[in-house]
Amino acid sequence: MTPRVVFPNRILPYLLLAPQLAITLVFFYLPAVQALYQSMLREDPFGLRSRFVWFANFRKVLADPAYLNALHVTVVFSVATAVVAMGVALLLAVMADKVVRSRGLYRTLLIWPYAVAPAIAGMLFLFMFNPSIGTLAVLLRKAGISWDPLLNSTDAMVLVVTAAAWKQISYNFLFFVAGLQAIPKSLIEAAAIDGAREVKRFWTIVFPLLAPTTFFLLVINTTYAFFDTFGIIHAVTGGGPGKATETLVYKVYNDGFVNLILGESAAQSVILMIIVIALTAIQFRYVERKVHYG
Amino acid sequence: MKILGIAAGFATALTLCSSASALAATQISWWHAMTGANAEVVEKIAGDFNASQSDYEVVPVFKGTYPETLNAGIAAFRAGQAPDIIQVFDVGTGVMMAAEGAIRPVAEVLEGAGLKFDKSQYLPGIVAYYSKPDGTMLSFPYNSSSPILYYNKDVFEKAGLDVNNPPKTWGEVFEAAKKIRTSGAAACGYTSTWLTWIHLENFAAWNNISYGTNENGLAGGDVELKINAPLYVNHFQAIADLAKDGTFKYGGRTSEAKQLFLAGECGILTESSGGLGDIVKSGMNYGIGQLPYDENGVGPQNTTPGGASLWVMAGKSDEQYKGVAAFFNYLSQTDVQQFLHEQSGYLPVTLAAYEATKGSDFYEKNPGRETPILQMMGKAPTENSKGVRLANLPQVRDIQNEEFEKMLAGQQTAQQALDAAVQRGNAAIKDAIGN
Repeated sequence: MTPRVVFPNRILPYLLLAPQLAITLVFFYLPAVQALYQSMLREDPFGLRSRFVWFANFRKVLADPAYLNALHVTVVFSVATAVVAMGVALLLAVMADKVVRSRGLYRTLLIWPYAVAPAIAGMLFLFMFNPSIGTLAVLLRKAGISWDPLLNSTDAMVLVVTAAAWKQISYNFLFFVAGLQAIPKSLIEAAAIDGAREVKRFWTIVFPLLAPTTFFLLVINTTYAFFDTFGIIHAVTGGGPGKATETLVYKVYNDGFVNLILGESAAQSVILMIIVIALTAIQFRYVERKVHYG
Repeated sequence: MKILGIAAGFATALTLCSSASALAATQISWWHAMTGANAEVVEKIAGDFNASQSDYEVVPVFKGTYPETLNAGIAAFRAGQAPDIIQVFDVGTGVMMAAEGAIRPVAEVLEGAGLKFDKSQYLPGIVAYYSKPDGTMLSFPYNSSSPILYYNKDVFEKAGLDVNNPPKTWGEVFEAAKKIRTSGAAACGYTSTWLTWIHLENFAAWNNISYGTNENGLAGGDVELKINAPLYVNHFQAIADLAKDGTFKYGGRTSEAKQLFLAGECGILTESSGGLGDIVKSGMNYGIGQLPYDENGVGPQNTTPGGASLWVMAGKSDEQYKGVAAFFNYLSQTDVQQFLHEQSGYLPVTLAAYEATKGSDFYEKNPGRETPILQMMGKAPTENSKGVRLANLPQVRDIQNEEFEKMLAGQQTAQQALDAAVQRGNAAIKDAIGN
């Protein structure tokens, strides 16, 4: 039997919880309810005339080819970002695990990019890959690759994925390093004695044992690519060329704050809210309990 | 200029010793989107006005970029805390006009304060753009600009082009651009900022062809776009063809292309007259020409104003409106307008200020600075050339930019791009006015 914790004071626990609850109420529930209400309104930007239209905004958004395009862009962008960010991080973690001298230094340096704000990461990559002045763009051109993220959709996508993934590599790296340390050395040594080479050892022992970490990171990275990359896209491509890099989050911003179509923008953010809730539910139900934090 | 300098000295002295009396003055808040040198002009004008009288105090507040400022104003209005004066960029004009309950026409504000508003004192092209169909002036034109042609004289010389004769028609621009590229004088011949503003809105006015029905939206909000007419299609097809080998280079949707010109990568640029400051600062050997017109059209007619104007928000006290009127009256004064024009590169709003600048040797010392005014004043505006006003012009521009980008990437022809822009644009306009 687990001992029950009993608070002698009946009010104190509520008082202690109150600040957190107040913040959640004011900064999450209130705006969420407002978004829900606004998503069923049609109104002019100044709110001088508004009409309650039930689900008309949702119907319009979901039937809009531009919205379906944004959905497609978001999926491509998120999968690419997650795969690149996790792949590179895993490679770096495996390498860093082998380094004996100044291991701490390498690890510290590899964690730094995580502290860079998305908009700043975006600007960095924008400068490095700017077709006319970017250092890396010049190298690409010298290598015979025509590089034009302003007009070429694929180039633009590559650019935002690179910037978004670069920022996330550090975070993934941390978890992979921890995951690697949790793998018993004896298993690997036993495999080595049996004659398994390094690559074989990685794929048959290390990688499967890292699976919970990988799965956890997959969810985290997808959420990151979905919701936290607005700054990068805003700074690097602004959703262009055409609508080639317009993700769902970017479209909410563009429709609401540039085009001033508030109802439809709110409807889109409600749809996004539903996606977040679903992703979080999956994470809590299936992932959280299986992760080894090392 | 000297008088202003002395006035500035007085201003600082007065603000230092009048902080006590300033408390009694009615505060007029002015939200703006000016940065750098232009922000200093805002501060100076407000400071000078405050020093010139003691009843009102204008408080300028920087609110970010043009769209950010507009959004801040909208959000503040919804929260019941709108500023007295807000600077709104040209494309936001339709948005503000549609919000009749949120704004107060400038003409009304001035007349309410007993000041006579004489329309004939202002540059006709600018006043027409910021007025209602019945002629009531709605907002006060603060910073107006017009697109002009810039060219790199060193590049022109290397390419064997006439340094003192910039191309006048689009055909000539495209020929010169080809020559610049083939001769190796520069990697790219021609680039342009703001394709939508320069190559659609001003292209329509300058060549006197329709952009949309209902006088391009000035006579009413229900507009059908006409931008897939043959003159537009041929113009954009020519640009798309030049883009294939890099003779035309795309810079971006707003003013990014200026960098291509400044870096010497492109020999010719079309850009706002307000962009002159950066080009002067770069120290390059540049020349200015008027905006090219289409030799197959009936132009040149007149160009339309870009930039921004000052709107007065509704629901303020009479005392505040009196202050706003006094400030606008001050802004219209010839020496203030002349200062604004010479410092910022924006156009003077009153004819008197223009005459005064002409009377000084400013235009001789700064060749090309008169070009945008001549373009806008050259002829009385027609129903095609008063500008474009749509309730959702930012969105329509976005659509046009998207289609242009696909066209320049070689995914579609100019005809397809403009047809799609018309179709999508019309649908968006219908939606916007059907609130």
